Amino acid sequence: MISFLSTRWKKYNFVFEELVKRDFKKRYKRTILGMGWSMLGPLLHLFVMVLVFSHFFGRDIPHFIVYVFAGLKIYSFFSESTNQGMASLMSNSGIMTKVKVPKYLFLLSENVASLINFALMLIIFFIFAAIDGVPFHPRFILLIYPIVTITLFNIGVGLVLSALFVFFKDIKYLYGIFTLLVMWLSAIFYSVDTFSLRTQRLFLVNPIFTHIHYFRLVVIHGVIPAWHIHLACAISAVVALLVGALFYKKFNSRFIYYM
Amino acid sequence: MTIKLENIGIRYIVGDFRNLGIKDFVIQKVKKQYNVKEFWAVNDISFELESGDFLGIVGNNGAGKSTLLKAIAGIMTPTKGRMEVNGAVAALLELGAGFDGEMTVRENTFLRGALMGYTRGFMNETYPEIISFAELEEFEDRPFKQLSSGMKTRLAFSIACLVRPEILILDEVLSVGDGAFKAKSEARMKEIIANGATTIFVSHAINQTRELCNKVLWLHKGKQMAFGDTDKVINEYENFLKKHSK
Repeated sequence: MISFLSTRWKKYNFVFEELVKRDFKKRYKRTILGMGWSMLGPLLHLFVMVLVFSHFFGRDIPHFIVYVFAGLKIYSFFSESTNQGMASLMSNSGIMTKVKVPKYLFLLSENVASLINFALMLIIFFIFAAIDGVPFHPRFILLIYPIVTITLFNIGVGLVLSALFVFFKDIKYLYGIFTLLVMWLSAIFYSVDTFSLRTQRLFLVNPIFTHIHYFRLVVIHGVIPAWHIHLACAISAVVALLVGALFYKKFNSRFIYYM
Repeated sequence: MTIKLENIGIRYIVGDFRNLGIKDFVIQKVKKQYNVKEFWAVNDISFELESGDFLGIVGNNGAGKSTLLKAIAGIMTPTKGRMEVNGAVAALLELGAGFDGEMTVRENTFLRGALMGYTRGFMNETYPEIISFAELEEFEDRPFKQLSSGMKTRLAFSIACLVRPEILILDEVLSVGDGAFKAKSEARMKEIIANGATTIFVSHAINQTRELCNKVLWLHKGKQMAFGDTDKVINEYENFLKKHSK
């Protein structure tokens, strides 16, 4: 497995780097503010949410800005990388029908571009946390874990979506509705504490909520999340990747007929 | 042996499935109205090529020539059969397609080189040569979309042919561009062939095929009619054409 991956990497690292460069540049090229623009959007979103909801929930939730920011950041990472991932095969159809190249590279490169974006937001997130007086401690290193699992989760979901999108163009609209629902169910600006214990556990079925929860536990409460939260993150990543890989394997040679 | 095909078949699906929404798909599935037609674009193709061979593929429109090229180039996966292709393939199919209009000439060149399987070191080395061959020195940092179509073709050709392909796949093109570049590209192509690359060439021009190729594959409606030495197969093909044009 390892040797397989390393020969793959040797063979494709150059093309992969070039694709990441292209995808990252293309996202920011045509706007005057460039990268700043991609920061500004989520920040404005954050600002409005905090402004509106601090009136309702702010009094009961400590560090409300950091609380909302953690939620919004994870959610937009998920939504951005899966939406970009969905289009990744179709938007490269011109290349795929002319050159032999593993198709999953296009999806992975979009995901890496989103991850870079996420990392930049993470820096701003920590600046906000510092300003809000959240105590920093070495346990923050734990955050690497949910970042890895949600990235894998995004890739898995992206594999399924990109394959479906080749066959059905209206998936895009359905997925738009779906992500909106996920947003409301991810407790971005509210707390689940007022729900019954059973309902609270139900929230953990939503991987986006689980990852947000992990972030908040570490950053705001300074605790190491319980084992079942670690497990939930891992399961979501593994399941998504497995389903995605099966989907891709089954359909990947058929894509070309639809392009 | 560089290329070996055994009973290769490629099945296409046809129908109006391309613009089908998932809603329509589900409805049609439920009503059992969903059916796509399948047909074999090529079927039971078997042949072997040694390195240095120059294969011409002849046949009428719809014989499956382009489909077969795509399979050999690795773009399409055969539905059945076994295929071995050993060596770096340069396929000159629809030159100029698959580039990114927003990216610069330089970026496009590196990306395309990378896609064709070359290393960064090799591309760094060959890049100046590619640009000068394509005569695009003054356009390196221009977005690709600003190039004229002639320039685009020149760039695509230069990337595909300045690197050292071991297998060259040509669809109706032996030379590209106009005037001076036409001659230059043809010379370059002949150089690659002379250096022992295996070449596969699809053409409607029988005389050209006879002149260049040492082996010919004749396809008709996806079936392999004949494969072998040029004169023999071309003669059969010409007789067939005469018979059917009467």
